[in-house]
Amino acid sequence: MTEEHPILPDSNGKYGVYGGRYVPETLIPALEELDKQYQLIKQDKDFQDEVSRDLKTYVGRPSPLYFAKRWTKQLGGAKVFLKREDLNHTGAHKINNTVGQILLAKRMGKKRIIAETGAGQHGVATATVAARHGLPCVVYMGEEDINRQSLNVFRMKLLGAEVVSVTSGTRTLKDAMNEAMRDWVTNVDDTYYIIGSVAGPHPYPEIVRDFNSVVGKELITQSAKEFGKDPEVLIACVGGGSNAMGLFYPFINAKNVRLIGVEAGGLGLETGKHAAPLSDGKEGILHGMRTYLMQDEAGQIKETHSVSAGLDYPGVGPEHAWLKDIGRAEYVVADDEEALEAFKELTLIEGIMPALETAHALAHVKKMAPLMNKDEVIVVNVSGRGDKDINTVAKIEGINL
Amino acid sequence: MSRIESTFNNLREQKKKALVTYLVVGDPDLETTLDLMEVMVSKGADILELGISFSDPMAEGPTIQHAHERALENKTTLSDALDLVTQFRKKDSITPVVFMGYMNPFEAMGADNFCSRASKSGLDGILLVDMPPEESKNFTKAASRNGLDLIRLIAPTTDEKRIKNICTDASGYIYYISVKGVTGANEFDPLEVKSKVHTIQSMTDLPVVVGFGIKDADSVVSVRDLSDGIVVGSALVSLIAEGKNQLSDKISNKIEELSSALLK
Repeated sequence: MTEEHPILPDSNGKYGVYGGRYVPETLIPALEELDKQYQLIKQDKDFQDEVSRDLKTYVGRPSPLYFAKRWTKQLGGAKVFLKREDLNHTGAHKINNTVGQILLAKRMGKKRIIAETGAGQHGVATATVAARHGLPCVVYMGEEDINRQSLNVFRMKLLGAEVVSVTSGTRTLKDAMNEAMRDWVTNVDDTYYIIGSVAGPHPYPEIVRDFNSVVGKELITQSAKEFGKDPEVLIACVGGGSNAMGLFYPFINAKNVRLIGVEAGGLGLETGKHAAPLSDGKEGILHGMRTYLMQDEAGQIKETHSVSAGLDYPGVGPEHAWLKDIGRAEYVVADDEEALEAFKELTLIEGIMPALETAHALAHVKKMAPLMNKDEVIVVNVSGRGDKDINTVAKIEGINL
Repeated sequence: MSRIESTFNNLREQKKKALVTYLVVGDPDLETTLDLMEVMVSKGADILELGISFSDPMAEGPTIQHAHERALENKTTLSDALDLVTQFRKKDSITPVVFMGYMNPFEAMGADNFCSRASKSGLDGILLVDMPPEESKNFTKAASRNGLDLIRLIAPTTDEKRIKNICTDASGYIYYISVKGVTGANEFDPLEVKSKVHTIQSMTDLPVVVGFGIKDADSVVSVRDLSDGIVVGSALVSLIAEGKNQLSDKISNKIEELSSALLK
C-alpha cells in the first residue's frame, strides 16, 4: 500500500521493457522534437489552462458520474456507476486527446494534421478539432472499417477531412496506422500525426494517457462527493487502451482500487479469432513499440477479430503490458456475444446506448457485480455512445435499415 | 576481412561504385529468388539485399508492400531466407548478402539464435528498418559475436550529432536514405544528398550507399558520383510484380542498364 508507482515512462520512453521507439530513422528526430515540446507544455500553465478551457466549453466536461440504479438492482450486487464519456462532444472519450494534441500541433507550427482510425471515433474527434482550428486533415481508415462504420466516415467528410481508404494487409486499424506512419515519414516537416491511442512510439503513449487522464481525475473528485470513498473496482474496455489508461492512471497509487481492463474476446479465445493480445499474445514489436502482440511463431502479426472496430487491434499500449506484468491491473476478455447482450441490456434498462467497444466493459460488469457486496462500487467507463454501431447491430440481427 | 569490406576495397581499387540490389525473399517463390540472385550477380550487382517479408512493413511504398504480401502468401519465413543463403553460397562465396527487414520476425527467432544461424549460412549483414541504435543493444552484441555487420540507416532528418552516434557502432556500410518518404519515392535532390553524404563521410571511414528513388539510368547518373554506391529496390520489384514470364531477361536488362550507368 505504501509502495509508490514509479513515474513512467523512463527517460528512454520505456514502461519496464515495453514501449520505446522502434521506427525508421527518418522519424526519430521528429519524435525527439515532439517529446521536447511536450515536456515543455506539460509544465506550461497557460497551455494547460487552454486545454482545460476547451475541455469545459467545447467538449462539455466534466462528464457526469451516473448511478445506474435499475441495472444495479437487476444485477443484485455492487452499485454500478457509469462515467459518461459518451456524453462528450462527438460522443466518445477520444476528443479529450485530440483537443490537447491539436494545441500542441499548433504550438509546434505544424500546418497539416493526419490520424488513423478504427471505429472512426478518433477520426471524427480529430476531424472535429482540425475543423475548429482551420487545419487540413487526412484520416487513414481500413477499407473493412469504412464499410462497417459508414456513418462516421460521412461525419468526417462533413467536417472537411479527407478519408483515405487503406487496402493493404488486413484493411483494419493496424493497416491504417501503417499508412499514417508512411504519410508522416513523407511529410514529417509540416505534418502533425495525432495518434488516437496510448500506442505507437514514445512519447505518444504518454501524451495520449495524460490527455485522457482527465477522466480518472474527475472521478476522484466525483467519488469523494458521491460515495465518500474510492470505488472498489474500475472497469474499462481495452483495444489500444486509451480510455482505460485515462481512467486508471490517476488511481495507480490507490492500491485498494482494482483496475480491470476488458479485451475483445471475438468468437472466443480458444478459436484464435479475437483481439486480446494481453490475454493470448506475446511480446514483440509493432508500430514503434514493444508490447504484447497477436502474432504467429514466425513473428508475423495475426489477423484479429472483434465485433467492434475500435477494439480490432493486434497490439496494446505498452503501459498496459507493464501493468499486467507487475499485476497492478487485471485483464480479462468478453466475447462478441457477451458484448452484444450487454449492449442491449444497458440500452433497455437505463436508456443508454453504449458503443460496442464499451459493451465489452459492461459485459464484465454483468459478471462481476453480482459477486460483490451491495456497499461496494464499480465504476465503468462508458467510453462512447452506440449510434455509430446501429448498422452493425442491425446486420447481426438480420434487419435491413 | 569480411565479404562486404573486400567488395568495397576491390571496387575502390577499380574506381567503381557499388550496385546494391534489393528483392524480397519468396517473391514470387524461393526458387525464383535464388535464380534472380544469380542473374543479378552475373550482370553486375555487387551486393544483394534480401527483403524479409513482414505483415506490417511501415517504411515501404506500395510496390514493396505488395512484394511482402506475395512472399507471405507463400508462407515464406526468416528460416527459409537463411536456407536460401546457404543454397546461394554453394555457388557464390564472394558476393555479400544482407537481410533487410523489420524487427519482429527477427525477435521471434531471437537475436542470438538468428545471428548464429545467419553466420553459419553465409549471411554478411542485417539492416533492420525499425531498429534505431537506441533499441539495438541485443542485436549489436549478437551480430558482432557472430561476425555479422549491422548496417545503419541515416535519413535526411538525422542531424550531425546523431550521425556521429550512429556511425560509432555501425559496420559494413552506411545506408543513406535520399528522401523523406517510403521506398519507391520519386524525387530526391542531388545537392541535398551530396551535402549529407559529405557530412557522413567526414565522420566515418565506412562506405556510404544511397537508396530510395533510384530507378533508372538517369537517376543513377544523378547520384553515382556522390557516394560509394547505390541501392535499387522498387524498380526491380516492380518487374517481379509483372509475373514470371521472361522475368530473368527483364531483370538482366535492368541490371545491365543500371550497372552501365554507374560506369559513366
